[in-house]
Amino acid sequence: MHSDAFDRYHHGHSPIHSIDSRVKVLVTLAFIISNALLPDGAWIAFALAWGFILIANFFSQLGIGFTFRRSFIALPFALAAITVLFSIPGQAVSSFHFLMWNFTITDAGLLRFVSIVIRSWLSVQMAILLVAVTEFPKIVHALNHLRVPTIITVIISFLYRYLFVLADEVLRLLRARQARSAAVPGKSAGGSVRWRARIAGHMAGQLFLRSYERSDRIYNAMLSRGYKGELMTIHPHHFHASDRWIGAASILGFIIMQIAGRL
Amino acid sequence: MHYSPVPLHIPDGFLSLVVSLICWAITARTLSIAISRTNKSLGEKQVPLMGIMAAFVFAAQMINFPVAGGTSGHLLGGALAAIMLGPWAAMLVMTAVIAVQALLIQDGGLLVMGANIFNMGLLTAAVGYGLYRSVLKSSYTTKLTVAGVAAWLSVMAGALATSLQLWLSGTTNLQAVVLAMLGVHAMIGLGEALITVAALGFILRTRPDLLGEGSASAGGGRGWVVAGVIISLIVVLLSPFASGNPDGLERVAEDLGFLGAGQAPSYKIISDYTVPFLGNTPISTIAAGVIGMIVVGVIIILLGQKMKARS
Repeated sequence: MHSDAFDRYHHGHSPIHSIDSRVKVLVTLAFIISNALLPDGAWIAFALAWGFILIANFFSQLGIGFTFRRSFIALPFALAAITVLFSIPGQAVSSFHFLMWNFTITDAGLLRFVSIVIRSWLSVQMAILLVAVTEFPKIVHALNHLRVPTIITVIISFLYRYLFVLADEVLRLLRARQARSAAVPGKSAGGSVRWRARIAGHMAGQLFLRSYERSDRIYNAMLSRGYKGELMTIHPHHFHASDRWIGAASILGFIIMQIAGRL
Repeated sequence: MHYSPVPLHIPDGFLSLVVSLICWAITARTLSIAISRTNKSLGEKQVPLMGIMAAFVFAAQMINFPVAGGTSGHLLGGALAAIMLGPWAAMLVMTAVIAVQALLIQDGGLLVMGANIFNMGLLTAAVGYGLYRSVLKSSYTTKLTVAGVAAWLSVMAGALATSLQLWLSGTTNLQAVVLAMLGVHAMIGLGEALITVAALGFILRTRPDLLGEGSASAGGGRGWVVAGVIISLIVVLLSPFASGNPDGLERVAEDLGFLGAGQAPSYKIISDYTVPFLGNTPISTIAAGVIGMIVVGVIIILLGQKMKARS
């Protein structure tokens, strides 16, 4: 497995790519908070927010529908909010019968449900764009600057660095299991569910031991190369004036969205 | 490539700002305690270890086994990590896993990450370690059984907390979400329990020395057992009664005719889920629920600190 198997970064030289990573992380967070603050049914504000995403997409030179195409992963969770259609009192919009129950969708419920879905959709698109235009190590470095405790960012960095190594191990374990589990077509391989769970557990235990012993070798290797407790980076911190302008303009945009949402 | 083991990762937009921030506050406070504890008990050498362990948990979530009809069992790993590494280190490890899942794969939101870490990292580690700690000196079979129960309860606790957060944010109806979440996760928790028991048994048989240094040294003794048991009791007792009108327990009391025997409390702070000055409005109920959550969270944290200081 290649070391960037888990990478979501799309390389480019657009104006968005070159914004300082701290500003990008902060603007993403501010956008998500702004979405959370928008009241239900603030259609103009939602449209402005959607426009913001489209503009960001455009300037990132990744295609104007880039985040939209990738945003459908969060939608299945919308099922969790479905009950809100029926439980908020208001004018009935439609009702239907399911088994022995009568369900009535109210207008207030519909408003709330659609608002929740739109807010979530907007936020996830922003997060997708963030990782597409910022290399992951730079995001972690930005988190460091934003006062996230070093121990957590170091653990995250190690996770990212060694994930593909351990994922390779897992694929080897899965392949070995498959090679040793003859399957008759039409029946699932292996014995009872308990047996299958036990084998899966042994694989997890095996993976734990291999990782644990590997971490020892890794630590010694790093020590012998001068590891002092912090992962160093060579990427330069350049805070340009343009970063400040873009950050300020974005925050201003979010404030305008908030006002538009309450008019 | 990434297989989401449990549908517990809440995306942005499904929790209100208030609930998100409160969960962030509880999570941030707990993590700062975890950091200072791991700094004390584990040396600098252990940070790469925790990093690799985080990668292990992430990778281990890809291990699955077919259950029936196309579904498969998975591992969330919070309880297992707590048993292997000790509670505080496990919380840091799970935090890293959840953070990377949210950042890289958008599995879970950024603003609601505090809640996700609380549900899948903090609660699971507390329940997993708390219950296991009580049988640290028992036989092999007892350890495995308790670990299995702890793993199941950790998943259920996470599911219950997720349901409550969704309800407090006004995103769902309480009865429906508790029923759906706990129902689904009862099965998922079973898969978690089976894998956890098998993994733990494997390690106890091959490298039992690894567990000795991980769990006991970083632990705090009785405080953890208390915390683990309290959370488990809440999950077991409260969830069937988390249905709506009238309250499950009240309904049973009505039916059996002993409702009148209950005495009025001698002091009313937040009576009937209404905050005094807000009156009988939905905001009042939500505020009461949130206040209750904060109180419980603070008690658990203070208990853990006090017991640790004493032991």
